[in-house]
Amino acid sequence: MIVTSALTKRYGQVLAVDQVDLDVRAGDIYGFLGANGSGKTTTVRMLLGLVLATSGEVELLGRPMPRAAAEVLAHVGALVEGPAAYGHLSGRVNLSLLDAAGRGGALRTRKRRISAVLEQVGLDSVGRRPVRAYSLGMRQRLGLAAALLRTPRLLVLDEPTNGLDPQGIREMRELMIELHKRGSTIFLSSHLLAEVEQLCTRVGVLDRGRLVLQDQLADLRAPTGRTVVGTPDLAAAQALLDGRSQLQGDRLLVRGADAAALNAELVAAGVRVAELGPERRTLEEVVLAATDAAGTPGVDAAADRQRARRR
Amino acid sequence: MILVELRKLVRRPRTWVTIGLLDALPTLVAVLLAITDLGPSPGTGPAFLSAVLSDGSLFPLAALGIVLPLFLPVAVAVVAGEAIAGEAQGGTLRYLLVRPVGRTRLLVAKLVSVVGFVVLAVLVVAITGYVTGALLLGDQPVATSVTTSVSGSGLSQEEVWQRTGLAMGYVMLSMLGVASVALFFSTLTDTPLSAALGAMALLIASTLLLTLDAADVLAPYLPTRYWLAFVDLFRDPILWRDVIRGALQQGAYVLVFLGAAWANFTTKDITS
Repeated sequence: MIVTSALTKRYGQVLAVDQVDLDVRAGDIYGFLGANGSGKTTTVRMLLGLVLATSGEVELLGRPMPRAAAEVLAHVGALVEGPAAYGHLSGRVNLSLLDAAGRGGALRTRKRRISAVLEQVGLDSVGRRPVRAYSLGMRQRLGLAAALLRTPRLLVLDEPTNGLDPQGIREMRELMIELHKRGSTIFLSSHLLAEVEQLCTRVGVLDRGRLVLQDQLADLRAPTGRTVVGTPDLAAAQALLDGRSQLQGDRLLVRGADAAALNAELVAAGVRVAELGPERRTLEEVVLAATDAAGTPGVDAAADRQRARRR
Repeated sequence: MILVELRKLVRRPRTWVTIGLLDALPTLVAVLLAITDLGPSPGTGPAFLSAVLSDGSLFPLAALGIVLPLFLPVAVAVVAGEAIAGEAQGGTLRYLLVRPVGRTRLLVAKLVSVVGFVVLAVLVVAITGYVTGALLLGDQPVATSVTTSVSGSGLSQEEVWQRTGLAMGYVMLSMLGVASVALFFSTLTDTPLSAALGAMALLIASTLLLTLDAADVLAPYLPTRYWLAFVDLFRDPILWRDVIRGALQQGAYVLVFLGAAWANFTTKDITS
Protein backbone atom coordinates (compact mmCIF):
# COMPACT_ATOMS: atom_id res chain seq x y z
CA MET A 1 0.00 0.00 0.00
CA ILE A 2 2.82 2.37 0.90
CA VAL A 3 6.36 1.76 -0.24
CA THR A 4 9.08 4.37 -0.03
CA SER A 5 12.66 3.95 -1.05
CA ALA A 6 15.44 6.15 0.26
CA LEU A 7 12.92 8.91 0.88
CA THR A 8 14.80 12.04 1.89
CA LYS A 9 13.80 15.60 2.68
CA ARG A 10 16.32 18.31 3.31
CA TYR A 11 15.41 21.81 4.53
CA GLY A 12 18.51 23.85 3.92
CA GLN A 13 21.14 22.33 6.18
CA VAL A 14 18.67 20.24 8.14
CA LEU A 15 18.02 16.68 7.12
CA ALA A 16 14.41 16.23 8.23
CA VAL A 17 13.88 12.78 6.73
CA ASP A 18 16.86 10.62 5.87
CA GLN A 19 16.74 7.60 3.55
CA VAL A 20 13.48 6.18 4.84
CA ASP A 21 12.29 2.86 3.41
CA LEU A 22 8.72 2.32 4.55
CA ASP A 23 6.84 -0.83 3.70
CA VAL A 24 3.17 -0.85 4.62
CA ARG A 25 1.26 -3.88 3.39
CA ALA A 26 -2.40 -4.26 2.57
CA GLY A 27 -4.38 -5.11 5.69
CA ASP A 28 -1.86 -3.62 8.09
CA ILE A 29 -2.59 -1.29 10.91
CA TYR A 30 0.80 0.31 10.72
CA GLY A 31 2.03 2.29 13.70
CA PHE A 32 4.47 5.00 12.71
CA LEU A 33 6.23 6.04 15.89
CA GLY A 34 8.56 8.88 16.59
CA ALA A 35 9.10 11.79 18.94
CA ASN A 36 7.78 15.21 18.06
CA GLY A 37 10.22 16.63 15.55
CA SER A 38 11.54 13.27 14.39
CA GLY A 39 10.24 13.84 10.86
CA LYS A 40 6.95 11.94 11.11
CA THR A 41 4.74 14.70 9.82
CA THR A 42 7.15 15.60 7.04
CA THR A 43 7.12 11.94 5.97
CA VAL A 44 3.31 11.80 6.07
CA ARG A 45 3.14 14.99 4.01
CA MET A 46 5.52 13.51 1.46
CA LEU A 47 3.38 10.38 1.21
CA LEU A 48 0.39 12.58 0.38
CA GLY A 49 2.26 14.80 -2.08
CA LEU A 50 1.97 17.93 0.07
CA VAL A 51 5.70 18.19 0.62
CA LEU A 52 7.93 17.30 -2.30
CA ALA A 53 10.79 14.92 -1.55
CA THR A 54 14.37 16.06 -2.04
CA SER A 55 15.20 12.56 -3.29
CA GLY A 56 13.80 9.06 -3.11
CA GLU A 57 10.55 7.53 -4.27
CA VAL A 58 7.06 7.16 -2.84
CA GLU A 59 4.62 4.57 -4.07
CA LEU A 60 1.03 4.73 -2.88
CA LEU A 61 -1.37 1.91 -3.81
CA GLY A 62 1.24 0.79 -6.31
CA ARG A 63 1.43 4.12 -8.15
CA PRO A 64 4.20 6.72 -7.99
CA MET A 65 3.52 9.85 -5.97
CA PRO A 66 3.12 12.73 -6.44
CA ARG A 67 2.78 12.01 -10.18
CA ALA A 68 -0.33 9.86 -9.84
CA ALA A 69 -1.83 11.96 -7.04
CA ALA A 70 -5.08 12.72 -8.86
CA GLU A 71 -5.81 9.04 -9.28
CA VAL A 72 -4.36 7.59 -6.07
CA LEU A 73 -5.48 10.12 -3.49
CA ALA A 74 -9.12 9.54 -4.43
CA HIS A 75 -8.75 6.18 -2.65
CA VAL A 76 -6.93 7.60 0.35
CA GLY A 77 -8.48 9.24 3.38
CA ALA A 78 -6.21 11.44 5.45
CA LEU A 79 -6.10 13.32 8.70
CA VAL A 80 -2.96 15.45 8.75
CA GLU A 81 -1.93 17.39 11.85
CA GLY A 82 -5.35 18.08 13.24
CA PRO A 83 -8.67 18.69 11.53
CA ALA A 84 -9.60 21.82 9.60
CA ALA A 85 -12.92 23.10 8.34
CA TYR A 86 -14.66 26.37 7.48
CA GLY A 87 -15.88 27.71 10.81
CA HIS A 88 -18.90 29.61 9.53
CA LEU A 89 -20.41 26.54 7.84
CA SER A 90 -21.98 23.45 9.36
CA GLY A 91 -20.19 20.11 9.38
CA ARG A 92 -22.54 18.78 6.73
CA VAL A 93 -21.92 21.69 4.36
CA ASN A 94 -18.19 21.39 4.95
CA LEU A 95 -18.26 17.73 3.94
CA SER A 96 -20.42 18.50 0.94
CA LEU A 97 -18.06 21.23 -0.30
CA LEU A 98 -15.01 19.03 0.17
CA ASP A 99 -16.67 16.12 -1.59
CA ALA A 100 -17.67 18.33 -4.51
CA ALA A 101 -14.18 19.81 -4.77
CA GLY A 102 -12.58 16.78 -6.40
CA ARG A 103 -13.36 13.79 -8.53
CA GLY A 104 -14.82 10.50 -7.34
CA GLY A 105 -17.55 11.91 -5.12
CA ALA A 106 -20.78 11.25 -6.99
CA LEU A 107 -23.47 13.89 -6.46
CA ARG A 108 -26.12 11.17 -6.54
CA THR A 109 -24.81 9.46 -3.42
CA ARG A 110 -23.37 12.50 -1.63
CA LYS A 111 -26.21 13.11 0.80
CA ARG A 112 -26.42 9.47 1.75
CA ARG A 113 -22.64 9.12 2.17
CA ILE A 114 -22.43 12.23 4.32
CA SER A 115 -25.23 11.04 6.59
CA ALA A 116 -23.59 7.64 6.86
CA VAL A 117 -20.15 8.93 7.89
CA LEU A 118 -21.59 11.48 10.28
CA GLU A 119 -23.46 8.67 11.98
CA GLN A 120 -20.33 6.54 11.96
CA VAL A 121 -18.30 9.15 13.83
CA GLY A 122 -21.20 10.09 16.09
CA LEU A 123 -21.87 13.57 14.74
CA ASP A 124 -25.29 12.91 13.24
CA SER A 125 -27.15 14.77 15.95
CA VAL A 126 -25.17 18.00 15.71
CA GLY A 127 -27.48 19.44 13.06
CA ARG A 128 -26.83 22.82 11.51
CA ARG A 129 -24.49 24.22 14.13
CA PRO A 130 -21.48 25.94 12.52
CA VAL A 131 -18.13 24.20 13.00
CA ARG A 132 -16.97 27.29 14.90
CA ALA A 133 -19.14 26.08 17.78
CA TYR A 134 -17.70 22.54 17.77
CA SER A 135 -15.46 21.22 20.53
CA LEU A 136 -12.01 19.96 19.59
CA GLY A 137 -13.23 16.38 19.84
CA MET A 138 -16.10 17.10 17.48
CA ARG A 139 -13.77 18.74 14.98
CA GLN A 140 -11.52 15.72 15.13
CA ARG A 141 -14.48 13.48 14.36
CA LEU A 142 -15.53 15.73 11.51
CA GLY A 143 -12.00 15.45 10.13
CA LEU A 144 -12.26 11.69 10.33
CA ALA A 145 -15.69 11.79 8.69
CA ALA A 146 -14.14 13.73 5.81
CA ALA A 147 -11.43 11.09 5.50
CA LEU A 148 -14.02 8.30 5.39
CA LEU A 149 -16.39 9.94 2.93
CA ARG A 150 -15.45 7.82 -0.07
CA THR A 151 -14.66 4.54 1.79
CA PRO A 152 -10.91 4.78 1.25
CA ARG A 153 -8.70 1.75 0.76
CA LEU A 154 -5.96 3.44 2.75
CA LEU A 155 -6.35 5.72 5.75
CA VAL A 156 -3.44 7.94 6.71
CA LEU A 157 -3.98 9.29 10.20
CA ASP A 158 -1.47 11.66 11.73
CA GLU A 159 -1.92 11.94 15.52
CA PRO A 160 -5.67 11.26 15.34
CA THR A 161 -6.15 11.26 19.11
CA ASN A 162 -4.41 14.57 19.76
CA GLY A 163 -6.60 16.74 21.94
CA LEU A 164 -9.19 14.06 22.60
CA ASP A 165 -10.36 13.10 26.08
CA PRO A 166 -10.02 9.47 27.24
CA GLN A 167 -13.55 8.70 26.11
CA GLY A 168 -12.84 10.19 22.67
CA ILE A 169 -9.58 8.26 22.40
CA ARG A 170 -11.41 5.04 23.16
CA GLU A 171 -14.07 5.78 20.54
CA MET A 172 -11.43 6.67 17.99
CA ARG A 173 -9.66 3.39 18.66
CA GLU A 174 -12.87 1.38 18.29
CA LEU A 175 -13.64 3.19 15.06
CA MET A 176 -10.20 2.37 13.66
CA ILE A 177 -10.59 -1.29 14.55
CA GLU A 178 -13.97 -1.36 12.84
CA LEU A 179 -12.63 0.33 9.71
CA HIS A 180 -9.79 -2.13 9.61
CA LYS A 181 -12.26 -5.01 9.84
CA ARG A 182 -14.09 -3.58 6.85
CA GLY A 183 -10.92 -3.82 4.83
CA SER A 184 -9.14 -0.47 5.08
CA THR A 185 -5.40 -0.42 5.59
CA ILE A 186 -4.50 2.08 8.28
CA PHE A 187 -1.30 4.08 8.58
CA LEU A 188 -1.27 5.58 12.05
CA SER A 189 1.37 8.13 12.91
CA SER A 190 1.70 8.74 16.62
CA HIS A 191 4.07 9.54 19.44
CA LEU A 192 2.00 7.53 21.91
CA LEU A 193 3.50 4.07 22.37
CA ALA A 194 0.48 2.72 24.23
CA GLU A 195 -1.85 3.71 21.41
CA VAL A 196 0.29 1.92 18.85
CA GLU A 197 0.85 -1.10 21.06
CA GLN A 198 -2.88 -1.61 21.55
CA LEU A 199 -3.88 -1.14 17.96
CA CYS A 200 -1.19 -1.89 15.46
CA THR A 201 -0.04 -5.03 13.71
CA ARG A 202 3.12 -3.53 12.33
CA VAL A 203 5.43 -0.85 13.63
CA GLY A 204 7.98 1.55 12.19
CA VAL A 205 10.07 3.80 14.40
CA LEU A 206 11.49 7.07 13.20
CA ASP A 207 14.32 8.66 15.13
CA ARG A 208 15.71 12.00 14.00
CA GLY A 209 14.69 11.38 10.42
CA ARG A 210 15.90 7.78 10.16
CA LEU A 211 13.78 4.66 10.24
CA VAL A 212 15.53 2.68 12.98
CA LEU A 213 13.03 -0.16 13.24
CA GLN A 214 10.30 -1.73 11.13
CA ASP A 215 8.70 -5.06 11.96
CA GLN A 216 5.56 -6.96 12.91
CA LEU A 217 4.51 -6.02 16.41
CA ALA A 218 4.00 -9.69 17.26
CA ASP A 219 7.62 -10.45 16.35
CA LEU A 220 8.96 -7.51 18.30
CA ARG A 221 7.00 -8.60 21.31
CA ALA A 222 7.71 -12.32 20.90
CA PRO A 223 8.54 -14.25 24.10
CA THR A 224 12.15 -13.77 25.09
CA GLY A 225 12.61 -17.42 26.19
CA ARG A 226 12.38 -16.57 29.85
CA THR A 227 9.49 -16.99 32.25
CA VAL A 228 8.35 -14.48 34.84
CA VAL A 229 7.40 -15.88 38.24
CA GLY A 230 5.67 -14.03 41.04
CA THR A 231 5.64 -15.84 44.38
CA PRO A 232 5.34 -15.02 48.07
CA ASP A 233 8.03 -17.66 48.76
CA LEU A 234 10.81 -15.84 46.99
CA ALA A 235 13.72 -17.34 48.94
CA ALA A 236 12.49 -20.91 48.57
CA ALA A 237 11.96 -20.44 44.85
CA GLN A 238 15.43 -18.98 44.37
CA ALA A 239 16.97 -21.88 46.27
CA LEU A 240 15.07 -24.39 44.15
CA LEU A 241 15.92 -22.74 40.83
CA ASP A 242 19.51 -22.21 41.84
CA GLY A 243 21.41 -20.49 39.05
CA ARG A 244 18.52 -20.50 36.61
CA SER A 245 16.77 -17.47 38.03
CA GLN A 246 17.42 -13.80 38.41
CA LEU A 247 15.63 -11.39 40.71
CA GLN A 248 13.93 -8.43 39.08
CA GLY A 249 11.97 -6.22 41.45
CA ASP A 250 9.75 -8.55 43.44
CA ARG A 251 9.60 -11.18 40.71
CA LEU A 252 11.90 -13.83 39.34
CA LEU A 253 13.05 -14.18 35.76
CA VAL A 254 13.64 -17.82 35.01
CA ARG A 255 15.52 -19.17 32.00
CA GLY A 256 13.39 -21.51 29.89
CA ALA A 257 10.21 -20.83 27.98
CA ASP A 258 8.13 -23.77 29.26
CA ALA A 259 5.95 -22.09 31.87
CA ALA A 260 3.83 -25.20 32.48
CA ALA A 261 6.81 -27.38 33.38
CA LEU A 262 8.22 -24.67 35.61
CA ASN A 263 4.89 -24.34 37.39
CA ALA A 264 4.74 -28.08 38.05
CA GLU A 265 8.29 -28.05 39.38
CA LEU A 266 7.62 -25.15 41.75
CA VAL A 267 4.35 -26.50 43.07
CA ALA A 268 5.80 -29.98 43.56
CA ALA A 269 8.48 -28.41 45.75
CA GLY A 270 5.83 -26.63 47.80
CA VAL A 271 6.53 -23.14 46.39
CA ARG A 272 3.32 -21.14 46.05
CA VAL A 273 2.90 -19.44 42.67
CA ALA A 274 0.98 -16.16 42.46
CA GLU A 275 1.84 -15.23 38.91
CA LEU A 276 3.51 -17.01 36.05
CA GLY A 277 3.97 -16.36 32.35
CA PRO A 278 6.38 -15.96 29.45
CA GLU A 279 8.45 -12.79 29.49
CA ARG A 280 7.71 -10.36 26.68
CA ARG A 281 9.41 -7.10 25.97
CA THR A 282 7.11 -4.11 25.99
CA LEU A 283 7.02 -1.96 22.89
CA GLU A 284 8.64 0.75 24.95
CA GLU A 285 11.67 -1.40 25.64
CA VAL A 286 11.91 -2.36 21.98
CA VAL A 287 11.66 1.24 20.84
CA LEU A 288 14.10 2.51 23.44
CA ALA A 289 16.57 -0.18 22.49
CA ALA A 290 16.28 0.76 18.83
CA THR A 291 16.60 4.49 19.39
CA ASP A 292 19.35 4.04 21.98
CA ALA A 293 21.32 2.04 19.48
CA ALA A 294 20.92 4.92 17.07
CA GLY A 295 21.92 7.54 19.64
CA THR A 296 20.01 9.26 22.41
CA PRO A 297 16.51 8.01 23.25
CA GLY A 298 14.05 9.67 20.95
CA VAL A 299 10.54 8.63 21.83
CA ASP A 300 8.86 10.65 24.49
CA ALA A 301 7.50 7.90 26.62
CA ALA A 302 6.73 9.46 29.97
CA ALA A 303 3.01 8.78 29.81
CA ASP A 304 3.51 5.37 28.30
CA ARG A 305 6.08 4.31 30.86
CA GLN A 306 3.55 4.81 33.60
CA ARG A 307 0.95 2.73 31.84
CA ALA A 308 3.47 -0.01 31.14
CA ARG A 309 4.34 -0.15 34.80
CA ARG A 310 0.71 -0.47 35.76
CA ARG A 311 0.34 -3.35 33.38
CA MET B 1 -14.00 22.93 -8.15
CA ILE B 2 -14.83 26.29 -9.72
CA LEU B 3 -18.45 25.94 -8.67
CA VAL B 4 -17.34 24.99 -5.18
CA GLU B 5 -15.21 28.13 -4.92
CA LEU B 6 -18.08 30.30 -6.15
CA ARG B 7 -20.39 28.67 -3.64
CA LYS B 8 -17.88 29.40 -0.90
CA LEU B 9 -17.66 33.00 -2.09
CA VAL B 10 -21.39 33.68 -1.92
CA ARG B 11 -21.90 31.71 1.30
CA ARG B 12 -19.32 33.79 3.04
CA PRO B 13 -20.79 36.60 5.12
CA ARG B 14 -17.62 38.61 4.63
CA THR B 15 -18.14 38.86 0.89
CA TRP B 16 -21.40 40.70 1.42
CA VAL B 17 -20.12 42.87 4.24
CA THR B 18 -17.23 43.99 2.01
CA ILE B 19 -19.56 44.78 -0.87
CA GLY B 20 -21.90 46.56 1.50
CA LEU B 21 -19.11 48.75 2.80
CA LEU B 22 -17.92 49.34 -0.74
CA ASP B 23 -21.39 50.59 -1.53
CA ALA B 24 -21.76 52.79 1.48
CA LEU B 25 -19.38 55.53 0.35
CA PRO B 26 -20.97 56.41 -3.01
CA THR B 27 -24.42 56.20 -1.42
CA LEU B 28 -23.31 58.61 1.27
CA VAL B 29 -21.95 60.93 -1.40
CA ALA B 30 -25.26 60.78 -3.27
CA VAL B 31 -27.23 61.59 -0.15
CA LEU B 32 -24.94 64.51 0.71
CA LEU B 33 -25.14 65.89 -2.81
CA ALA B 34 -28.90 65.58 -2.85
CA ILE B 35 -29.28 67.36 0.45
CA THR B 36 -26.76 70.15 -0.04
CA ASP B 37 -26.91 70.50 -3.82
CA LEU B 38 -23.23 71.41 -3.66
CA GLY B 39 -21.42 69.57 -6.45
CA PRO B 40 -17.71 69.97 -7.01
CA SER B 41 -16.97 72.42 -9.79
CA PRO B 42 -16.35 70.76 -13.18
CA GLY B 43 -12.85 69.35 -13.51
CA THR B 44 -12.28 68.84 -9.80
CA GLY B 45 -13.20 65.99 -7.47
CA PRO B 46 -13.90 62.42 -8.58
CA ALA B 47 -14.83 61.85 -12.19
CA PHE B 48 -18.39 62.70 -13.26
CA LEU B 49 -19.34 64.00 -9.87
CA SER B 50 -19.84 67.55 -11.07
CA ALA B 51 -22.28 66.32 -13.70
CA VAL B 52 -24.49 64.14 -11.57
CA LEU B 53 -26.41 66.97 -9.97
CA SER B 54 -28.12 67.68 -13.23
CA ASP B 55 -28.05 64.14 -14.60
CA GLY B 56 -28.56 61.26 -12.14
CA SER B 57 -28.10 58.65 -14.83
CA LEU B 58 -24.37 59.35 -14.70
CA PHE B 59 -24.21 58.44 -11.04
CA PRO B 60 -23.28 54.75 -11.58
CA LEU B 61 -20.12 56.06 -13.24
CA ALA B 62 -19.51 58.60 -10.53
CA ALA B 63 -19.93 55.82 -7.97
CA LEU B 64 -17.32 53.70 -9.76
CA GLY B 65 -15.06 56.74 -9.93
CA ILE B 66 -15.42 57.15 -6.17
CA VAL B 67 -14.56 53.56 -5.22
CA LEU B 68 -11.96 52.95 -7.94
CA PRO B 69 -8.91 54.73 -6.52
CA LEU B 70 -8.93 53.05 -3.10
CA PHE B 71 -11.97 51.14 -1.88
CA LEU B 72 -12.36 48.70 -4.73
CA PRO B 73 -8.67 47.77 -5.04
CA VAL B 74 -8.43 47.31 -1.27
CA ALA B 75 -11.43 44.98 -1.30
CA VAL B 76 -10.03 43.04 -4.25
CA ALA B 77 -6.60 42.81 -2.61
CA VAL B 78 -8.18 41.46 0.57
CA VAL B 79 -10.29 38.86 -1.23
CA ALA B 80 -7.51 37.74 -3.57
CA GLY B 81 -4.89 37.81 -0.83
CA GLU B 82 -7.11 35.51 1.16
CA ALA B 83 -7.48 33.02 -1.70
CA ILE B 84 -4.64 30.59 -0.99
CA ALA B 85 -3.17 32.03 2.21
CA GLY B 86 -6.58 31.96 3.88
CA GLU B 87 -6.95 28.25 3.17
CA ALA B 88 -3.39 27.72 4.39
CA GLN B 89 -4.03 29.61 7.61
CA GLY B 90 -7.26 27.73 8.28
CA GLY B 91 -5.55 24.40 7.54
CA THR B 92 -8.09 23.56 4.85
CA LEU B 93 -5.51 23.86 2.06
CA ARG B 94 -3.91 20.51 2.88
CA TYR B 95 -7.29 18.80 2.95
CA LEU B 96 -8.26 20.29 -0.41
CA LEU B 97 -4.99 19.11 -1.93
CA VAL B 98 -5.28 15.56 -0.61
CA ARG B 99 -8.96 15.44 -1.58
CA PRO B 100 -7.30 15.52 -4.27
CA VAL B 101 -7.64 18.83 -6.07
CA GLY B 102 -4.80 19.56 -8.49
CA ARG B 103 -2.81 22.63 -7.54
CA THR B 104 -3.28 24.27 -10.93
CA ARG B 105 -7.00 23.62 -10.79
CA LEU B 106 -7.25 25.09 -7.32
CA LEU B 107 -5.39 28.21 -8.44
CA VAL B 108 -7.66 28.63 -11.47
CA ALA B 109 -10.75 28.12 -9.32
CA LYS B 110 -9.51 30.73 -6.87
CA LEU B 111 -8.86 33.15 -9.72
CA VAL B 112 -12.35 32.62 -11.11
CA SER B 113 -13.84 33.21 -7.69
CA VAL B 114 -11.85 36.43 -7.31
CA VAL B 115 -13.06 37.54 -10.76
CA GLY B 116 -16.56 36.63 -9.60
CA PHE B 117 -16.10 38.91 -6.63
CA VAL B 118 -14.86 41.78 -8.83
CA VAL B 119 -17.81 41.41 -11.19
CA LEU B 120 -20.24 41.20 -8.32
CA ALA B 121 -18.76 44.23 -6.56
CA VAL B 122 -18.72 46.40 -9.69
CA LEU B 123 -22.28 45.38 -10.60
CA VAL B 124 -23.61 46.08 -7.13
CA VAL B 125 -21.88 49.47 -7.00
CA ALA B 126 -23.21 50.40 -10.44
CA ILE B 127 -26.75 49.24 -9.72
CA THR B 128 -26.93 51.01 -6.37
CA GLY B 129 -25.43 54.00 -8.10
CA TYR B 130 -28.19 53.87 -10.67
CA VAL B 131 -30.93 53.53 -8.08
CA THR B 132 -29.65 56.27 -5.80
CA GLY B 133 -28.95 58.46 -8.82
CA ALA B 134 -32.48 58.07 -10.11
CA LEU B 135 -34.06 58.56 -6.71
CA LEU B 136 -31.97 61.35 -5.24
CA LEU B 137 -30.27 63.28 -7.99
CA GLY B 138 -31.23 65.44 -10.91
CA ASP B 139 -33.29 64.03 -13.76
CA GLN B 140 -33.08 65.77 -17.06
CA PRO B 141 -36.35 66.43 -18.88
CA VAL B 142 -37.33 63.35 -20.82
CA ALA B 143 -38.02 65.39 -23.96
CA THR B 144 -34.39 66.23 -24.69
CA SER B 145 -33.05 63.01 -23.15
CA VAL B 146 -29.55 63.98 -24.03
CA THR B 147 -26.63 63.56 -21.71
CA THR B 148 -23.64 65.72 -22.23
CA SER B 149 -20.41 63.89 -22.89
CA VAL B 150 -17.19 64.95 -21.27
CA SER B 151 -16.25 66.66 -24.51
CA GLY B 152 -19.40 68.76 -24.46
CA SER B 153 -21.43 67.18 -27.28
CA GLY B 154 -24.59 65.19 -26.64
CA LEU B 155 -24.91 61.48 -26.05
CA SER B 156 -28.16 59.64 -26.52
CA GLN B 157 -29.54 57.52 -23.71
CA GLU B 158 -28.60 54.38 -25.61
CA GLU B 159 -25.03 55.56 -26.01
CA VAL B 160 -24.81 56.29 -22.31
CA TRP B 161 -25.93 52.75 -21.52
CA GLN B 162 -23.46 51.21 -23.92
CA ARG B 163 -20.61 53.27 -22.65
CA THR B 164 -21.52 52.64 -19.04
CA GLY B 165 -21.33 48.92 -19.80
CA LEU B 166 -17.95 49.39 -21.45
CA ALA B 167 -16.72 51.42 -18.50
CA MET B 168 -17.81 48.71 -16.06
CA GLY B 169 -15.96 46.13 -18.10
CA TYR B 170 -12.87 48.32 -18.09
CA VAL B 171 -13.03 48.82 -14.32
CA MET B 172 -13.33 45.04 -13.83
CA LEU B 173 -10.32 44.52 -16.06
CA SER B 174 -8.35 47.13 -14.13
CA MET B 175 -8.97 45.17 -10.95
CA LEU B 176 -7.60 41.94 -12.43
CA GLY B 177 -4.07 43.27 -12.21
CA VAL B 178 -4.46 43.85 -8.47
CA ALA B 179 -6.13 40.48 -8.13
CA SER B 180 -3.26 38.59 -9.75
CA VAL B 181 -0.64 40.43 -7.72
CA ALA B 182 -2.52 39.63 -4.51
CA LEU B 183 -3.02 36.04 -5.63
CA PHE B 184 0.70 35.69 -6.24
CA PHE B 185 1.50 37.04 -2.77
CA SER B 186 -1.16 34.71 -1.43
CA THR B 187 0.82 31.71 -2.66
CA LEU B 188 3.97 33.05 -0.96
CA THR B 189 2.70 33.39 2.57
CA ASP B 190 0.40 31.61 4.99
CA THR B 191 -1.09 34.83 6.34
CA PRO B 192 -3.80 36.43 4.20
CA LEU B 193 -3.13 39.79 5.79
CA SER B 194 0.46 39.96 4.51
CA ALA B 195 -0.67 39.02 1.02
CA ALA B 196 -3.34 41.74 0.97
CA LEU B 197 -0.99 44.33 2.46
CA GLY B 198 1.72 43.42 -0.03
CA ALA B 199 -0.62 44.03 -2.95
CA MET B 200 -1.84 47.28 -1.41
CA ALA B 201 1.71 48.47 -0.83
CA LEU B 202 2.34 48.04 -4.56
CA LEU B 203 -0.76 50.10 -5.38
CA ILE B 204 0.13 52.86 -2.96
CA ALA B 205 3.67 53.00 -4.31
CA SER B 206 2.27 53.16 -7.81
CA THR B 207 -0.12 56.00 -6.93
CA LEU B 208 2.66 57.89 -5.24
CA LEU B 209 5.11 57.49 -8.11
CA LEU B 210 2.49 58.75 -10.56
CA THR B 211 2.48 62.14 -8.86
CA LEU B 212 6.25 62.38 -9.21
CA ASP B 213 7.62 63.95 -12.38
CA ALA B 214 10.95 62.22 -11.81
CA ALA B 215 9.21 58.86 -12.11
CA ASP B 216 7.77 59.65 -15.54
CA VAL B 217 9.76 56.90 -17.23
CA LEU B 218 8.07 54.36 -14.98
CA ALA B 219 4.57 55.73 -15.44
CA PRO B 220 3.44 53.50 -18.33
CA TYR B 221 4.29 50.41 -16.28
CA LEU B 222 2.60 51.43 -13.04
CA PRO B 223 -0.57 49.42 -12.43
CA THR B 224 -2.73 52.38 -11.46
CA ARG B 225 -1.64 54.56 -14.39
CA TYR B 226 -4.62 53.88 -16.67
CA TRP B 227 -7.33 53.14 -14.16
CA LEU B 228 -9.20 56.37 -14.64
CA ALA B 229 -9.04 56.02 -18.42
CA PHE B 230 -12.64 54.82 -18.30
CA VAL B 231 -13.54 58.49 -18.32
CA ASP B 232 -12.22 58.60 -21.90
CA LEU B 233 -15.05 56.28 -22.92
CA PHE B 234 -17.35 59.26 -22.43
CA ARG B 235 -15.52 61.57 -24.75
CA ASP B 236 -16.96 62.15 -28.15
CA PRO B 237 -15.56 60.38 -30.08
CA ILE B 238 -14.23 57.83 -27.62
CA LEU B 239 -10.55 58.36 -26.87
CA TRP B 240 -9.35 54.78 -27.11
CA ARG B 241 -5.61 55.28 -26.63
CA ASP B 242 -5.35 55.05 -22.84
CA VAL B 243 -8.16 52.52 -22.58
CA ILE B 244 -6.34 50.15 -24.90
CA ARG B 245 -3.00 50.73 -23.24
CA GLY B 246 -4.61 50.13 -19.87
CA ALA B 247 -6.19 46.89 -21.05
CA LEU B 248 -2.90 45.63 -22.48
CA GLN B 249 -1.04 46.63 -19.35
CA GLN B 250 -3.48 44.85 -17.07
CA GLY B 251 -3.25 41.82 -19.34
CA ALA B 252 0.53 41.85 -18.91
CA TYR B 253 0.22 42.10 -15.13
CA VAL B 254 -2.23 39.21 -15.09
CA LEU B 255 0.03 37.08 -17.26
CA VAL B 256 3.22 37.76 -15.32
CA PHE B 257 1.85 37.47 -11.81
CA LEU B 258 -0.43 34.52 -12.49
CA GLY B 259 2.51 32.77 -14.09
CA ALA B 260 4.60 33.48 -11.02
CA ALA B 261 1.78 32.35 -8.73
CA TRP B 262 1.43 29.12 -10.69
CA ALA B 263 5.17 28.45 -10.76
CA ASN B 264 5.43 29.04 -7.04
CA PHE B 265 2.31 27.21 -5.92
CA THR B 266 2.79 24.05 -7.96
CA THR B 267 6.32 23.49 -6.67
CA LYS B 268 5.78 24.57 -3.10
CA ASP B 269 5.98 22.42 0.04
CA ILE B 270 2.64 22.72 1.79
CA THR B 271 3.56 22.87 5.46
CA SER B 272 0.51 24.72 6.74
